[in-house]
Amino acid sequence: MKHSTFLLFTLPSLSVMFLFIAIPIVSVFIQSLHIEHKQVIIVSENCDPFGCETTTSVDTEASTKLKEKAPLGKFNGFKTYSNRMHFAFDEIGEAWNSSDSFIAFVKKIYNYPLYRALSFTLTYTFVVTPFVLFLGFLVALGVNNLPKLLKGPTIFASLLPMIVTPLVGSLILFWMVDGDGVIGATLQKIFNDNSLSLKASPVLTWVMLMVYGIWHLMPFSFIVFYAGLQTVPHETIEAATIDGASKFQRTRHVVIPHLMPLAIFITLILLMDNFRVFEPIISFRAEAHATSISWLIWNHLRESAYPLYNAAGATSMITIFCVGILLLPVLIRTWRDFNEKNKG
Amino acid sequence: MFLKKLILGGLTALFFSSSLFAADCGPNGQSIRILASDFPAIHAIANSAESNCAGSASEFTRNHTTEARQIMNAAQTPDPAEYTSVIVANSTLVQLMNDGLVRPLNDLVEKYGGNLKSNQLITIDGKIMAIAFMANSQHMYYRTDILDKAGVDGMPATYDEIISAAEKIRSAGIMEHPLVMNLKVGWNVGEVFNTIYLAHGGEFFKQGSAEASINNAKGIAALETMKALVEYAHPDHLTQASDDTQGLWEAGQAAIGFMWGSRGGVILDNEGSSAEVTSNTVLSAAPTVTGGSIPGATLWWDGITIATNVSDSEAEATFAALVSGMTSEMVAANNDDAIWLIDGFKPGPAAAGVSATAQGGAKSYPMFAQMGLLHNALGAELVDFLKGSESAEQALSDVEAVYETAAKDAGYL
Repeated sequence: MKHSTFLLFTLPSLSVMFLFIAIPIVSVFIQSLHIEHKQVIIVSENCDPFGCETTTSVDTEASTKLKEKAPLGKFNGFKTYSNRMHFAFDEIGEAWNSSDSFIAFVKKIYNYPLYRALSFTLTYTFVVTPFVLFLGFLVALGVNNLPKLLKGPTIFASLLPMIVTPLVGSLILFWMVDGDGVIGATLQKIFNDNSLSLKASPVLTWVMLMVYGIWHLMPFSFIVFYAGLQTVPHETIEAATIDGASKFQRTRHVVIPHLMPLAIFITLILLMDNFRVFEPIISFRAEAHATSISWLIWNHLRESAYPLYNAAGATSMITIFCVGILLLPVLIRTWRDFNEKNKG
Repeated sequence: MFLKKLILGGLTALFFSSSLFAADCGPNGQSIRILASDFPAIHAIANSAESNCAGSASEFTRNHTTEARQIMNAAQTPDPAEYTSVIVANSTLVQLMNDGLVRPLNDLVEKYGGNLKSNQLITIDGKIMAIAFMANSQHMYYRTDILDKAGVDGMPATYDEIISAAEKIRSAGIMEHPLVMNLKVGWNVGEVFNTIYLAHGGEFFKQGSAEASINNAKGIAALETMKALVEYAHPDHLTQASDDTQGLWEAGQAAIGFMWGSRGGVILDNEGSSAEVTSNTVLSAAPTVTGGSIPGATLWWDGITIATNVSDSEAEATFAALVSGMTSEMVAANNDDAIWLIDGFKPGPAAAGVSATAQGGAKSYPMFAQMGLLHNALGAELVDFLKGSESAEQALSDVEAVYETAAKDAGYL
């Protein structure tokens, strides 16, 4: 294809990407460099049904004037990125100097929101992704070997976890693991411990969130692998059978290599999806034990009457950066494969 | 000519006589749009305003949502604003005032506020910014039958007495976790700290500045008290808010509760619980520290405001309609839905806790412009201490550091 034709072909999607992806990202980035103007605070006498007290309030007239002059806010450079809510460079330097062991240092780092969120987000991503890949493949193999009559209903049932809205799915599980719920009460009985609570223990909360994540995402990898399995060439399988390959050997040496490009595709999507884990944390009310990067963005914007756009913007940029790093190995590999194919 | 005069006179007479009986709704044909939270007392006020004045308004709409706090600033910023009135509480009034979204009501009160009592007027530097109609606060709930069974004399009035009562209930084998409190991570857990800190006589900010000052002996004492209480709370306490604690109480799984007064009516009614629980539930004042006198609670009011960014006649009609709803008849019909600040309120058993707490001299929820930021920091950073993975000093210094970062970004420091 000529380059100019290719360009014309992709022009619509490129311009949409520019409008709805590139421009917003740039605008978020610019916002992350600015903070609010200094609020003009006045001391005021405040009387309510219970008495009078001296408090403070914002002089809105003076504050509005400042805002009108520069609507973006006060330029703050990269200070939002380096402050305690994000990379906390100063605090970490201090922690490094004041800790006598590496473990003490790590413990201190864990005190800062971004690192705490990163530790859960990364653990979640690297535990859930391989499990989903592997289990999804197994389920696809299993379904593929079923008699025709059973295939339809089984596929439908296996897709259910993905069809259920994440918030609803995790809420159902949240009620089930409650001390009075089916799972929670059964566990208490098995371990003979009436105060055993999945919600109160950090480790069990992490496990619960990851099990939920695997349950919720498995149908995705299953259905992609299942579609892929339909394209495995019969001739090769037959040839392998004639050569005396066992079922396991056929899967290992014929099916898996055939599905490898799909596996890479699923890994890419799963890495991106899992890195943005958010809903289960809200539904499980797990904030005490597990926070994620996406949860941080939400928290900056929502939990306060004072939305911190700069902090949310900075966390968003960090998310994009981290997703980029996560995807880099896979992307490099794809690029190499592409180049090799072109050479051959 | 004579006929014309007669008709005119008759019409005037009709107009005056009808205005004697009907409520004064201000200018006719205006649009009245209300944003409010979603609980029975607020419905009662809005219902009564609607039945009085919807007829003379061109439009009367209401949006009741528990998410009101989250949308109000965005909804009120454009001109004209989305709503002509937002029904607020202490902290949400500050939220609107910070952006200049509510107008002073002095002239409207003069014109329409004949039946308002002076303690209903929320004034800031002499300007009336809201009209309160109900009060609320946290306080104690006790199950007298269980206290008796465990051998506790009378009702605990201090934190220490609560802790020893809880221990007695536990060691008598009646309940392993007799205490319920709203300790959900975020706003709720921060609010519990606020109440205990106020009981210890703490101040949130340095005098006349936005600098936080909670990392002190009183803050540490408050946290230690909180931890001692939490020992007796349900293991899932960090996930429990009002609905959950109310549920535990109604299911008879708790004997000592620190909950909102607005839940009193719902808990004491004959729905959702057994007679054993409701007949033995007694509401009493929030606890003090041993030897102290300030009840550990924050007093709240709910009230009406009028938007800045609407026309004067819309503002007038909205104010007149809402004030027309604040009558003793409305209170009589909805007596147990709230602790009304309006004439005609007869305090029942459901009001006992809030009245005792207010009379004991509890403090109002602090109305500092920057309080919300500190509250958020408390809600996020105290959890490590409650989980036992951090010292009280560390937790409080984390709170101050988080607050400082946020307050700088928001322009308060």
